Amino acid sequence: MNKYTLTLVFFFGITVLFAQDCNKTLSGSVIDFHDGVPLEGATITYNSTTMLTDASGKYTISGLCATSYAFTISHEDCNSQVVTIDLSKVSKKDFYLEHHLNELQEVKVAGAKPNQTSSSQEETISKSILEKYSSASLGDALREITGVSSLNTGSTIVKPVIQGLTGSRVLIMNNGVRMQDMEWGDEHAPNVDINTAGNVTVVKGAAALRYGGDAIGGVIVMEPSRAPAKDTLIGKTVVTGASNGRGGSITSEIIKGYESGWFIKGQGTLKRFGDVEAPDYILSNTGLFEKGASLGFGVNKFTHGWDVFYSFFDSEIGVLTASHIGNVDDLIESINSSQPTVIRDFTYDIDNPKQEVTHHLGRLRYFKRFEKLGKLTAQYDFQHNQRFEFDIRQTAALRKIPSIDLELTTHSFTSDFKFDSKSDVTLDTGIVLRYQENFADPSTGVRRLIPDYNKYDAGVFFTGEYIINDVVLDAGIRYDYNQIDAKKFYQKTRWTERGYDAEFSDLIIGDFGSQWLTNPKFDYHSFSGTVGLNYQFKDDYVLRANYALSQRAPNPSELFSDGLHHSAARIELGDLRIDQETSHKLSFSLQKNSEAWGWEIAPYFNLINDYILLEPTNIELSLRGAFPVWEYRQSDARFLGLDAKLYTQLHSNWRTDHNFSIVKGKETDDDTPLINIPAPNFNNKLTFQKEDWLGLQMSVESEYVFRQNEFPPNIEVFSPQIRQDVLLEINTPPSAYHLLHANADILLPLGKNSAVKIGATINNILNKNYRNYLNRQRYFADEVGRNFILRLTFNY
Amino acid sequence: MNTRKFLSILFLAGTLFVSCSDDDDNPAPVNPEELITTMTVTLTAGTDVVTLRVFDEDGGDGPVAPVATVSGNLAANTTYTGSIGILNETVNPADNVREDDIEPEADEHQFFYEAAGGLNVVTTYTDTEADYPPLTGTNPVGLEFELETGDASTGTFTVTLRHEPTKPNDGTLAGAGGDTDIAQAFTLTIE
Repeated sequence: MNKYTLTLVFFFGITVLFAQDCNKTLSGSVIDFHDGVPLEGATITYNSTTMLTDASGKYTISGLCATSYAFTISHEDCNSQVVTIDLSKVSKKDFYLEHHLNELQEVKVAGAKPNQTSSSQEETISKSILEKYSSASLGDALREITGVSSLNTGSTIVKPVIQGLTGSRVLIMNNGVRMQDMEWGDEHAPNVDINTAGNVTVVKGAAALRYGGDAIGGVIVMEPSRAPAKDTLIGKTVVTGASNGRGGSITSEIIKGYESGWFIKGQGTLKRFGDVEAPDYILSNTGLFEKGASLGFGVNKFTHGWDVFYSFFDSEIGVLTASHIGNVDDLIESINSSQPTVIRDFTYDIDNPKQEVTHHLGRLRYFKRFEKLGKLTAQYDFQHNQRFEFDIRQTAALRKIPSIDLELTTHSFTSDFKFDSKSDVTLDTGIVLRYQENFADPSTGVRRLIPDYNKYDAGVFFTGEYIINDVVLDAGIRYDYNQIDAKKFYQKTRWTERGYDAEFSDLIIGDFGSQWLTNPKFDYHSFSGTVGLNYQFKDDYVLRANYALSQRAPNPSELFSDGLHHSAARIELGDLRIDQETSHKLSFSLQKNSEAWGWEIAPYFNLINDYILLEPTNIELSLRGAFPVWEYRQSDARFLGLDAKLYTQLHSNWRTDHNFSIVKGKETDDDTPLINIPAPNFNNKLTFQKEDWLGLQMSVESEYVFRQNEFPPNIEVFSPQIRQDVLLEINTPPSAYHLLHANADILLPLGKNSAVKIGATINNILNKNYRNYLNRQRYFADEVGRNFILRLTFNY
Repeated sequence: MNTRKFLSILFLAGTLFVSCSDDDDNPAPVNPEELITTMTVTLTAGTDVVTLRVFDEDGGDGPVAPVATVSGNLAANTTYTGSIGILNETVNPADNVREDDIEPEADEHQFFYEAAGGLNVVTTYTDTEADYPPLTGTNPVGLEFELETGDASTGTFTVTLRHEPTKPNDGTLAGAGGDTDIAQAFTLTIE
């Protein structure tokens, strides 16, 4: 295109020589396409003459001949534009430039301010931190953010917890698509490959209404690296090896961009680990095999664009053998014993119990910008999630058949219009339509834990932002309609025991001997809203205040769970009577950021009416012995917490970081502590950096996790083995612990445009034995011990 | 491509996907495969037959607790031959779990007997894995056993079936490990 233009310019340049009548004038303005603002100082070049627009964006060129000219119009931050004009026909012409090019490229600068909302607590983790966790999971990386912890099953199944809330209360936006991957289960980790993200932002709370009204905990927004709109080819490969688990990962990404806006990108990841090790023993059957790939292409112009994206994620995760227990006596034995009941030699093999999860995600997106108005985006996405859980079953033949076989298919259509032409007001309005189908395969030979269902969602939102000097006000409202239409079998004895025979007898549509077939169909109307402000003062202070109202309809697990979860040795019971939960959250943050030091203090109060919780309540006897029963119930709850940060950079080579977070969650009625509330934690890090020494960065980190002293009471259960009631210490948290970690990175340039970053990390340097309250396997085994990780990042 | 055209294609594609995946058929019920509803321990000494039976009508994950019955008292200082029957009676005819699942994998199963609360009994295994061909192992299984009563007494007699225990083991539950498939206590009286 450039060559073509040059030829044109040259050609028209010559024509001038032969032109006779050279008294034509061309005038007009150079205008920002985006918001219609005239651009001052834009350059207009023709032949070898260059001129600038005036303060009102106007220009006048006289002495032109009555022929065609090629004008090159350019402005700072804009792509140049070449326009050919026939002066024999035209004397006035306005030029529109694509001024907001940063939106096109969106290659975010490290440390860029989060911008999902203006007024709520947010934090973004950049690419360099994500690379550090290349061989780990999203949940591991997010723990870098103050106030974010995780609910683990072993070390490989990691669910993010934001300010004490997890599961369906935390939305994950993967490349613009709301993940639908059975997030309702405690042992279901997000089905995303961390390596697909260019950066990840966590919005702590429900204020980012455009993503959903039910994000009582928060929203995790994973954004990919964007393809720049210029002729370029960028690639990156990260190779990681870890001593603990004797495995590693390799991930590679390649992006090809064209000046015309076309781009194509591909990415792939492979992770393989064997059994990980606690300081004193091997954690048998904790291997991991994960595969991920994604491909995207499209056109990204300023005025319009479209893209197609597809990603595939597959993981096979071993579940600690010793955590498979027969009954409550086995559980008591495990709690009293200091080490797992099964310890075998190291292996890469993954045996039962294990999970195999596959997630396909496809997306088509189109956007168009309207001059002086805004941007329309429309998107269709498709997701298919297949989950198998294999258990230790009675016969070898049965062990090859999964105990849980769920297939979740989701289609969504979303569209929004962002009015962003005014500099002080931005409005965004949009809709969501979603259809979801769950299929539970009966060939498992195990009664379905989650039934077949169809789910329909529709939502509409309206958000706005208004800027007055140093203050940004934001507000929004959203309405969501959900319908869930399930076909579920209940054992007749269970149906009666739950008391459903009186209340829900009209749901029964079939009689199958010992089971009822029922058709629960429920509708939910949810309203959410937010209002907040962001005030910047004294140069480096920012105050944020936000109120968010959020309603969440119950998920299928909360309504329908019914059965023995073999891998957890517990009976989980949902309740058809469960209704929406409603959260009122007030959050504030005051921060100061200067070169030498900075801090942030962010308190919040979250009052959740009809909070849905799952907790052990009792035991049920069967021939196999007694099983703890975990029941869902609703209760008003309040969460009060504080996230605090401080950094100092008093010397150019030395930096310190200090983070502290605490949250208290209690039932409002009787002050009973809620289950699974993260313990307070205190992190301190000392970093030495010297740019001259190959960009050396070295850090030592201390992580102190307090004991959770507030937990719900334990339950008394009948032990068939010793024929009497015993206290089952199922809720008692483990002790506090202190870990030390270290990290070092250097950057070696390789030629002009490529470089390799070499990083080394040691986690748990002192090889400390500890257990974590938010690990569901804390009854059975210690956490992983010391781990050496070596990382090579090639950028080319 | 103009916006309207693109959107309509998008919508069409969406509807297509939706329409092929939806159907109104009712799902099929699941009859659990490895369900055990009934265990019968038959103790025989000549014409004296005492039956210990436990029945759980809704299996492992139902709310109804199993019901244990003992047909009568044991005679003092007598040797009984014990044999265990295991059934799934939620289906008709009932599944014989002993024959179908346990005997073929006798090397992965073992019964344990424990007397507590002052009950005077001693048990001895009378079978080995080799009794269930083609298995050839010499470890006890416990589907067949001998129970010798002592003087008159009352207490509990617990029968436990472990799946994948350590074999050979020291005969205790703690030493055996594995998963519990059945754990049932009976109150017995010796007179």
